[in-house]
Amino acid sequence: MARGWMGQRWAWRSHWMVAAVVGICATLAGPGVRVGGGPARAAAATGTVTATVTVEQAIQGLSDPSDEVIVASIRQLGQLEDPRAIPVLEALVDDRLRSGADKRTWIWNSKTRDLVDPLTGAVAGPSARPAREVEVNNDIRRDATPVLAQLHLASPDIGVRLAAAEELSKDNDEEASALLHRALDREKDDGVKEQLALAVARMDLSSPNAETRLSAVKIVHRTGNDGFLAELQRLVSTGADGKAAETDTRVRAEAQEALNAILSRRRLITTFGSLLHGLSLASVLLFAALGLAITFGLLGVINMAHGEMLMLGAYSTYSVQVFFQQHLPNLFRYYVLAAVPVAFLVTFGVGVLMERLIIKHLYGRPLETLLATWGISLLLIQSVRLIFGAQNVAVANPDWLAGGVEIAHGLVLPFNRIGVITFVVMVAVAVWVLLYKTRIGLNVRAMTQNRGMAACVGIPTDRLDAFMFGLGSGIAGLGGVALSQLGNVGPELGQSYIIDSFMVVVLGGVGRLAGALVSALGLGVLNKLLEPTVGAVLGKILVLVFVILFIQRRPQGLFALKGREA
Amino acid sequence: MSTPPSTPSPSSSPSPAPSAPPASGAPAAAPVHAPPAPRSVLGEGGASGPTLVNKPLPISKAGAGLRSRIYGRAGWAIVLGAALVLAVLVPVLNTMPKAFPLAIPDYAIPLLGKFLCYGMAAIAMDLVWGYTGILSLGHALFFALGGYGMGMYLMRSIQGQGVYRSNLPDFMVFLDWKELPWYWRGFDHFPFALAMALLVPGLLALVFGWFAFRSRIKGVYLSIVTQALTYAAMLLFFQNATGFGGNNGLTDFKRLLGYSLQAPSTKLFLYILTALALTGTFVLCRYVVNSKLGRVLTAVRDAESKVRFCGYESTHYKLFVWTLSAMLCALAGALYVPQVGIINPSEMQPSNSIELAIWVAVGGRGTLIGPLVGALLLNGAKSWLTAAFPSAWLYVLGSIFVLVTLFLPRGVVGLVGLVRARLRSRATAAASASHGGPS
Repeated sequence: MARGWMGQRWAWRSHWMVAAVVGICATLAGPGVRVGGGPARAAAATGTVTATVTVEQAIQGLSDPSDEVIVASIRQLGQLEDPRAIPVLEALVDDRLRSGADKRTWIWNSKTRDLVDPLTGAVAGPSARPAREVEVNNDIRRDATPVLAQLHLASPDIGVRLAAAEELSKDNDEEASALLHRALDREKDDGVKEQLALAVARMDLSSPNAETRLSAVKIVHRTGNDGFLAELQRLVSTGADGKAAETDTRVRAEAQEALNAILSRRRLITTFGSLLHGLSLASVLLFAALGLAITFGLLGVINMAHGEMLMLGAYSTYSVQVFFQQHLPNLFRYYVLAAVPVAFLVTFGVGVLMERLIIKHLYGRPLETLLATWGISLLLIQSVRLIFGAQNVAVANPDWLAGGVEIAHGLVLPFNRIGVITFVVMVAVAVWVLLYKTRIGLNVRAMTQNRGMAACVGIPTDRLDAFMFGLGSGIAGLGGVALSQLGNVGPELGQSYIIDSFMVVVLGGVGRLAGALVSALGLGVLNKLLEPTVGAVLGKILVLVFVILFIQRRPQGLFALKGREA
Repeated sequence: MSTPPSTPSPSSSPSPAPSAPPASGAPAAAPVHAPPAPRSVLGEGGASGPTLVNKPLPISKAGAGLRSRIYGRAGWAIVLGAALVLAVLVPVLNTMPKAFPLAIPDYAIPLLGKFLCYGMAAIAMDLVWGYTGILSLGHALFFALGGYGMGMYLMRSIQGQGVYRSNLPDFMVFLDWKELPWYWRGFDHFPFALAMALLVPGLLALVFGWFAFRSRIKGVYLSIVTQALTYAAMLLFFQNATGFGGNNGLTDFKRLLGYSLQAPSTKLFLYILTALALTGTFVLCRYVVNSKLGRVLTAVRDAESKVRFCGYESTHYKLFVWTLSAMLCALAGALYVPQVGIINPSEMQPSNSIELAIWVAVGGRGTLIGPLVGALLLNGAKSWLTAAFPSAWLYVLGSIFVLVTLFLPRGVVGLVGLVRARLRSRATAAASASHGGPS
């Protein structure tokens, strides 16, 4: 075991001790070897290590007053490779090792203030006290740390093995390399083997041997781990003097290939990630747009307070959450399920109320409707602000919506986004069924096509108006439930969505559910795909410009309204 | 006023009415126009019930005086009289010693100037909404762009006296920019800056309007698209990289044409200038709506297809009035900035545009004087309420949006006409000695 490879790591810890340590070393080494003691002592005297030493004996040697004996014991432990020695070595490095009055080695547990047996963990009897602290100098630490790492590599615990490999691979050292190679050969678990191979590769990349480097690059290429990006870039780069950093052309070519593979893989992951983000944004937009497609598309009512329905839905979710926290804490996991009908009913009620009290009187006057509903939105915002406060409130994900599945390295599918997407699909299907498979839907469609005729054949257009307006608001309220699971809930929540959702409806063609679906998806995904390349704000501007230009191209298709034309 | 409704609306439809009011706003050209306005107003009032007649009476009295005099005498004299009050009497009262009971304190002058700027923007808005039926939710953009043009000049005029003593505006030094972006060049010359403050919004309006009107985007769709445009512009201006100071916008102005902006005399001068500009805007708009072109605009509002069939290219008319309105708005913005001392992207908020529309609605669409009254009333109320009852203001504003659209489709000015008609009918009723006036 070469000395010094951990030196720098430990220097910071005990530089103040160096002078003292040197002094002690001198006095201890000076008088030569003392006679007596266990096998470790004998081994230290002869400079060889006998294979007959047991772990217990080696551990006993750790509390010896002589530094040489301690070092020799450490080496014996390294050769024995018994993971049971890990705690005692850790104790040694952390100055927790004690030599008891009974001449045995003990570990000092500072929490319980007990002396503990290194192997069995048994608490020492009174005979062990008073115990003497084993003096540990930097030389001993330097010896102990790699042995500790080696023992960690042999540990039965996968996590410990991985951490040790990670730790070792950061040190450019022959010994560490040899250790890792040995561990790699021994390893059975595939996952750990992969990690070990990477750790070995990381070290081998800077090996002077071109063959070693080549095989290392190949391993990196095979696994496609993007932690090696900087290393690979260094390999393919050319220095300031025009000379390539890597002299061997094969290695360079292989590195270039590996680099390309990693980069394209990374691009794929980012694209996929933003696609997912876009999908969940699209699903919230779709909630808002589905509601708008009904109120705006079918009824011809422009509802600027529609965004506030999202907000009310989100606050309903918050209220349900608070209720569950206080009264039904053991059912808290399911509060979201309870919030769905609550949010729908609240927003449905507000919608019907709005329609009966105000909008009913403004049919046929779209611009006035726009202003009046804007006023309603101000009233709603201010009321929520007074009731719940102007600050954002926190809505927690229940445990089954928190977290996510990692489907590839660096790509996590969060459960809440998956949940929201599933939810919007369910709602969209339900709305479709309602509009195209039920009697109410038939009436609504009839009313949209020819209101007067529909009234003549006995369709209660008046009540249907209120119902549909409530339904549109209720769907937005469901969107609020979804939104509360994705982000913050504040009084101005709806304002940021209203322009986007109008864009969706305008782009998708008014009164068309499928149009709303397609354009919500399109706009949501486009927004998120543009974000990484041009930035969030510019992306949004580009989308808006795109919509405006698109309207130029297809005005008739988009604005050919049936029913109550605005 | 609405575009023609295609549905059998249950309430008494307002669509037959609009033939009368556009002309009713004209004092000089149509002095004997009194009867039609009340008649149409009566028609509406009968449907919306008598309750609203009694309540807002105190407000309407002042307006009633103004309006009746305009109707009664030569309009020019009234307009000039009003202009004299705003541009001469107020400054004179301002220079009076504090002990004088009617003296106007110094702090009120920029505030009044600000209100008059809003009034100008409201008149410009009335031109497109009240007379042409285009509800723009993007006028705050033109207002802010005009303001930015003026703000850029004011920024350039502080050269070397900013916090960093640099020739560049402070925010550019802060962002570590080495030289002026190309679009800032020339803004150290006042005439150029002023021209840009008017031309850039005008050009934007022209291009946008051309695209929008050519595709026959109208009604709420136009409203939504203009709102989206404003929103996009706001996001753009919020960016530091755009080069207009990002979130903070342009502020910390020092002087205009060498005169300190902090000096009361400069403030007073700016106020007088605003009052004159407002008068000019008012007269110009009156000229436009009273001209033959104005009649076509009103016709476009009421029945665009018919106008097209008659051989008028309605797009051109709309484009003209749209651009003119945008430039008037920009002028208001340019006057607004030196008096307020700051311009930032929040001026472009969608809500600002909508508030602009509600000033017009409260005052009365298609009257020119109404928007001014509405802007002054609402902003006065806002200044007072946000200080006295901060949480109540949004309730008041929201209720105004709802109540005005529901019960006051002609605004305060229309209410005045309504009240006058009621009074007259009561007088005639009393004359014929039969009892039965309104409650």
